[in-house]
Amino acid sequence: MKKFLLSAAVAALALGAASASALAADKYKACWVYVGSIGDFGYTYQHDQGRLDVVKALGDKVETAYVENVPESDSATAIERLARDGCKLIFTTSFGFMDATIDVAKKYPDVKFEHATGFKSAENVATYNAKFHEGRYVIGQIAAKMSKTGSAGYIVSFPIPEVVAGINAFMRGAQSVNPDFKIKVIWVNSWFDPAKEADAAKVLFSQGVDILVQHTDSAAGMQVAEEQGKLAFGQASDMIKFGPKAQLTAIVDNWGPYYVRRVQEAMDGTWKTAQSWEGLKEGVVNMAPFTNMPDDVAKAAAETVEGIKAGTVNPFMGKITKQDGTVVGEDGKMLPDADILGMNWYVKGVDDKLPQ
Amino acid sequence: MLILERRVERARLWMWASPVLALVLTIIAGGIIFALAGVDPLHGLYTYFISPLMDGWDREKLIAKAAPLVLIGVGLAVCYTANVWNIGAEGQFVAGALLAGLVPVYFSGWQDASVMAVMLLLGVLGGLLWAMIPAALRVRFHANEILTSLMLVYVVRLAYDWAVRGPLRDPHAMNFPKTVRFDGWQVLPAWGEIHLGAFFALVAALVLYVVMVKMLKGFELRALGSSPRAARFAGFSEHRAVYFVFAVSGALAGLAGACDVMGVSRQLQAPYEPNYGFVAIIVAFLGRLNPIGVIFAGLLLALSYMGGEAAKVSLGVSDNIAKVFQGILLFFILACDTLILYRIRWQGRG
Repeated sequence: MKKFLLSAAVAALALGAASASALAADKYKACWVYVGSIGDFGYTYQHDQGRLDVVKALGDKVETAYVENVPESDSATAIERLARDGCKLIFTTSFGFMDATIDVAKKYPDVKFEHATGFKSAENVATYNAKFHEGRYVIGQIAAKMSKTGSAGYIVSFPIPEVVAGINAFMRGAQSVNPDFKIKVIWVNSWFDPAKEADAAKVLFSQGVDILVQHTDSAAGMQVAEEQGKLAFGQASDMIKFGPKAQLTAIVDNWGPYYVRRVQEAMDGTWKTAQSWEGLKEGVVNMAPFTNMPDDVAKAAAETVEGIKAGTVNPFMGKITKQDGTVVGEDGKMLPDADILGMNWYVKGVDDKLPQ
Repeated sequence: MLILERRVERARLWMWASPVLALVLTIIAGGIIFALAGVDPLHGLYTYFISPLMDGWDREKLIAKAAPLVLIGVGLAVCYTANVWNIGAEGQFVAGALLAGLVPVYFSGWQDASVMAVMLLLGVLGGLLWAMIPAALRVRFHANEILTSLMLVYVVRLAYDWAVRGPLRDPHAMNFPKTVRFDGWQVLPAWGEIHLGAFFALVAALVLYVVMVKMLKGFELRALGSSPRAARFAGFSEHRAVYFVFAVSGALAGLAGACDVMGVSRQLQAPYEPNYGFVAIIVAFLGRLNPIGVIFAGLLLALSYMGGEAAKVSLGVSDNIAKVFQGILLFFILACDTLILYRIRWQGRG
């Protein structure tokens, strides 16, 4: 027995050493750090689809790796492990990884980093984000046309600007159809908590809303809508599987083209730090097929998408009245990017108090 | 049917052999799990248990990861020896982190050695006070401390959550639930990846070893744990002992919490559920409730974290494998312990 264990240990050592040297081939290594599970069928799932796009597009020239379910309070270890493991370009995909990414980047100046949805960058740290609020304007219009009660339920995670801008864009879209449209907001204080999200959905439906919007990552809300014969919008990925009769459309994050481009640039040596912020036009944000709605609603939604792409329609164009009654913006002009990226106020008509 | 029959004698050797046997069984079960997941079992086990020991950075991270587990684990070992069941170390850990984190938020300009001492003391105080609640409830009202200490974990988590989202939030963090970063003297000194918390863990283990093995207090707690009636006749107060062990384990858990935010994340961030306080329960048992044993157990459990992460990166297996390994390990320890205390006998009907 003893001998067997010893030889097993030696064999294990040899094997490990062999596989370590096999990794040393001169492939370019790009790596991803995920806050959730790649099986969430939402936010993290879409990032991982982007990683798979990189594998598909660049084939043998790249090697990829990822770590999932990384807690935001101790993400530096995971990020640094990847940097030490030979990753040349590391995508950290959650806002909460921001400070850890900056810290690790300082220690590894030769490694490039890209942090999603944050606002701190450096020589070797780029940031990237998507104009999800463009999609939210489209679904706001659909909601106002489809709702019989004139109200929607909105499940949200954290009051960061991206989420607040999403609520405002949804409301602006809805108000363009029905100026008296109402939303009920429930904060679940988590990006991914299927049990809480399902509970919130049930509460919202029992309070009389008939359409569900979410800014959280699981498909739980969609499933509740399907069970109760209500309508809902998918978040981050096309959730039609979870709500074949419930899903109107979904705002789909499509990171693939961006990831492929950035990895290619890094391989070519043309990678530079930047702050990327793209939307429907560039294809980083896509709308899932418009389903479970009359043709005229679907047609109008498609027109809005085209308008946003062409730059003639935008949730934050023109005069906007805030919740407190003050007015920002000018007719025919876009609100400056910085105001949207740092948004911490509601538009008029949102029946919720922003946690300050 | 099968019945468990108490053994008349139990071998001292087996008390220590049990965790080793449990580890061996865990490794075998782990190999089977890897094989089922489609990974070469030997390569999987190598990645999991040996690769995290192969370079300096990994070893430093390992010690840093073990520090909170040992700090909390030695306190729990003392607690459980006295037959007092503090299951809520996780809550005391968070209470310590929260209290320590108040200082950089409200006194960001306070920059000298005293600030570090005050933050660490606040951590100790936070854990200690939070642990006093279940202790008092047990002594005054005979409330089961297993339930009360566990429930208080969720209470303090919510309080922490509220604080980090509300009054403690960094005004420049765009409404994201985190505080300002700790800086300068508010950060624990570190050697490579190993911060001062590892030193505290070592000292705590050594001090508690001396207390438990060489001093009257240790005898008192062991007596109260194994035969409370006899201990009462000897004049030992059960009430005082309950307060004492809750104070010790709570204070150490609070210190671990302060060290975690001062040495690792350098800010308070929500959600914050590192679960060290729960994993430390495994550590205490694996270390045979002996403070020195707890050091090794803490290192082993830290290895399971590091190995889990290494396996995620280089094997692409689910990160849940670390949790599965920890669970299997505890299962085998309890099973081995049961078989050491009892023997299984087949009893026919009639």
